[in-house]
Amino acid sequence: MSSLVAGLHRQLGLTDEELERILSVLGREPSRAELAMYSLMWSEHCSYKSSKVHLRRLPSEGARVLQGPGENAGVVDLGDGVAAVFKIESHNHPSFVEPFQGAATGVGGIIRDILAMGARPAASLNSLRFGDPAEPLQRRLLEGVVAGIGHYGNCVGVATVGGEVVFDPSYAGNPLVNALTVGFMPAERRLSGRAGRPGDLAVLMGAETGRDGIGGASVLASASFEEGDDAKRPNVQVGDPFQEKLLIEACLELVERGLLRGLQDLGAAGISCAVAEVAARAGMGMEVDLDAVPLREPSMEAWEVLVSESQERMLALVDPARLDEALEVCRRWGILASVLGEMTTDGSLRVRFRGEVVAEVPAASLADDGPVYSRPLVPPPAPPAAEAEVPLDAEAAEAVLALAADPTCASKRWVWEQYDRFVGHGTVAGPGCDAAVIRIPGTGRAVALATDGNGRHAALDPAAGAALAVAEAARNVACTGARPIAVTNCLNFASPERPEVMGTFAAAVDGMAAACRALGLPVTGGNVSFYNESSGRPIHPTPIVGVLGLLEDAATAVPTGFPRPGLDVWLLGETRVELGGSVWQRLTTGRLEGHPPALDLATEVGLHRLLVDLAAHRLLAGAHDLSEGGLAVALVEATLASGVGATITLPPVLPPAALPPEQVPLAALASESASRALLAAPPEAAGDLEALAAKAAVPATHLGTTGGDRLVVPGVLDLPLTRLRDAHEAALPDALGEPA
Amino acid sequence: MRIGVVTFPGSCDDRDARAAVASMGADPVALWHGDGDLRGVEAVVLPGGFSYGDYLRCGAIARFSPVMRAVAAFARAGGPVLGICNGFQVLCEAGLLPGALLRNAGLRFVCREVEVVVESTSTAWTSACQAGSSLVIPVKHGEGRYVHPDPPALAAAGQVAFCYAPGHNPNGSLADIAGVTNPAGNVVGLMPHPEHAVDPLLGPVGGRGLFESVLATAARV
Repeated sequence: MSSLVAGLHRQLGLTDEELERILSVLGREPSRAELAMYSLMWSEHCSYKSSKVHLRRLPSEGARVLQGPGENAGVVDLGDGVAAVFKIESHNHPSFVEPFQGAATGVGGIIRDILAMGARPAASLNSLRFGDPAEPLQRRLLEGVVAGIGHYGNCVGVATVGGEVVFDPSYAGNPLVNALTVGFMPAERRLSGRAGRPGDLAVLMGAETGRDGIGGASVLASASFEEGDDAKRPNVQVGDPFQEKLLIEACLELVERGLLRGLQDLGAAGISCAVAEVAARAGMGMEVDLDAVPLREPSMEAWEVLVSESQERMLALVDPARLDEALEVCRRWGILASVLGEMTTDGSLRVRFRGEVVAEVPAASLADDGPVYSRPLVPPPAPPAAEAEVPLDAEAAEAVLALAADPTCASKRWVWEQYDRFVGHGTVAGPGCDAAVIRIPGTGRAVALATDGNGRHAALDPAAGAALAVAEAARNVACTGARPIAVTNCLNFASPERPEVMGTFAAAVDGMAAACRALGLPVTGGNVSFYNESSGRPIHPTPIVGVLGLLEDAATAVPTGFPRPGLDVWLLGETRVELGGSVWQRLTTGRLEGHPPALDLATEVGLHRLLVDLAAHRLLAGAHDLSEGGLAVALVEATLASGVGATITLPPVLPPAALPPEQVPLAALASESASRALLAAPPEAAGDLEALAAKAAVPATHLGTTGGDRLVVPGVLDLPLTRLRDAHEAALPDALGEPA
Repeated sequence: MRIGVVTFPGSCDDRDARAAVASMGADPVALWHGDGDLRGVEAVVLPGGFSYGDYLRCGAIARFSPVMRAVAAFARAGGPVLGICNGFQVLCEAGLLPGALLRNAGLRFVCREVEVVVESTSTAWTSACQAGSSLVIPVKHGEGRYVHPDPPALAAAGQVAFCYAPGHNPNGSLADIAGVTNPAGNVVGLMPHPEHAVDPLLGPVGGRGLFESVLATAARV
């Protein structure tokens, strides 16, 4: 066991101090297999060693939270005996190396997280970031990622119902692929990695184990054990959605028939992570027999078997008395299953391979006792107090068309028409809506889900950017009439070893925590993705927030936009001259400066309550959140949603007289002030709407009426919807060089 | 009426098809690919999905499953059979329907609501539809381009059950053909998904007519 190459630990990404820690845990030198296991389990990706001390500041408790952070996914009580399981996770680096498989396996991985809690995965959303889509590399990434998400999601039969796609040069060398999945299960089903008792058997289910994805989660990817050997094989895993589909059905049948004590997915660090987490969570140990692992390549060594990230595998904990029944279910679904281990009381993971003990370590030391760092941090500089100078002298119609055709604001139809949004018999509102609305199986109720995150805002002010992301995602959910109830987050940042990045991260967590507290939204889980930089160029700090909402009557879901003529158009909230970090600032100046829009959390809370109230009173025919591209883009999307035009006046811009009169219209159209929503309501609802808005202290401005086939602001602009549609729908295909 | 829905390994829309059958007032019966027994059902639906992963030609493996022997016998005896998307591909592979389905002309998976025109009401699955009426039903497939050596002859024989409305052909299918029937009219296959178009909460309900048709057929028998 002591034949280790000197310095091997460093090649695996462990520091000298971390090796010391391993030596003191074991009281001896680790074997090669043990060192590989520690290097992965103590990697940033698996151990959250740099983020843990900060994530504790996020609120995670609430009356509906059945399972908070620390499990495979968060669980929220929806009432009526149903629970939602949901989580978002990143697959950024694999998607850059191999966009199709990287994105596909990202979808596969988050689906298994939901499955591991015992829930049927129902729907997915994706938050994607790329550089300029007109550049050949970015086009290849976008096409590959979208095709990979579609291939996997479509083939496993999980609907892809929403998300966002944003383009910004900061992601050119490091795209972001964050995948969120929600599933449903009976609330009393509290399946988890926690095994029942000693003697329980760990059954490895699903695909054979190969050399793919070795070190995918860790720095192992960038090192080899011996020069010139096979260890330099591609580190990106290869997905097989057909296998995953069978695995889903087999696992759910096992769960529904009560044949399981626990279930754990195999993701980062493969078998190592699964057996360590299962044993550690139960406060037990496990005898592990690697000879039971079906191998794609018989020449694999123990450490490779332990850390391979081959996809489509699960670990089921089974009462020995039910083993035959469990294996029969797997056989019927045509998936491999073999007894990998047995739970023991001694707390030790003892791994045997070809007659030898190749590893013997305390399970908890891998899963729970990894290093935790309070890394040095430099707080981000305060953004300037003054408003950024942004030209507001463009012709309004041209400005609206330019915003509508900006790739970030443009229609993403090209993307989501490649995704099956129908499967599952539950999609009430799908892609292109403010939030996806999914019927809760067996009920007349629904959940709403949205993901948001504005890297430009977070780059200017990380705390404000993170808070704005929470506010926007929750606002999108509230626009459907659903009450926001819980959050999952994916924090995408550059290297935590740089104090200024760590300072940005800490500030973003603080901003997110404050917003979640104010909005009453517990964070039930998520993911941190560090090291998102390329050639020393970091991405914008990009906290992505997924918000889950609950709608008591699915039939009352408020559609996005203007559904029919003859409705009053209202704007809730105040419009100020706020263009720092805006799309208009980028379009006109190419710069990113100033401060992001101000966010008053009390106002935001009031707005959400009002939106839910208005929907519950059935006063709304349509609604639409205002975000990137401001009122201009909101109007374009609202009119194009059902092809119904509108004639409106622009809202007042605060503070009065801040701008010369000729600049006011464009400020009203392009400002990205927070806490605003566009409404369409029947004229007879006006009195009630105004009264409820007044009660909630939310300003409501009557802008005009829906109808016709043009967007008209008298004296400012008059655009046929056909022109808006051409600009909005064709922008992305145009950028990609394709017919719309 | 008992309507069987087959589950192949990789079927994705079997649960939705059963839910649609139930919402139309019939009794859904789950049928398993490995069973040679149709459990006494009065009609069979082969659902959408990716049977056996569709890693070979779509539907090419599923046609050999034990249940398909029973489905073929059931079809020959005049039993109503509906193949949706992957189920349509399976029926073509099994020789129960004419033609074949190839990769979409646009080379990408496409998911959208399309208008489909009812061309023939002389089938078990369209008898309650209005000839020439337009139904809004979603498509979602990567390999749905229908090809046949002689589409005009197929149309003349009354075997074109559905066409995409002008401008709605999502995949380059010959003669805009969206669905076909066997000469007897009891076996129908189509790329659009009627099981996703029965519940007004979830969108247009153009798929209801197909289920109403088979229910009406059963009522007449």
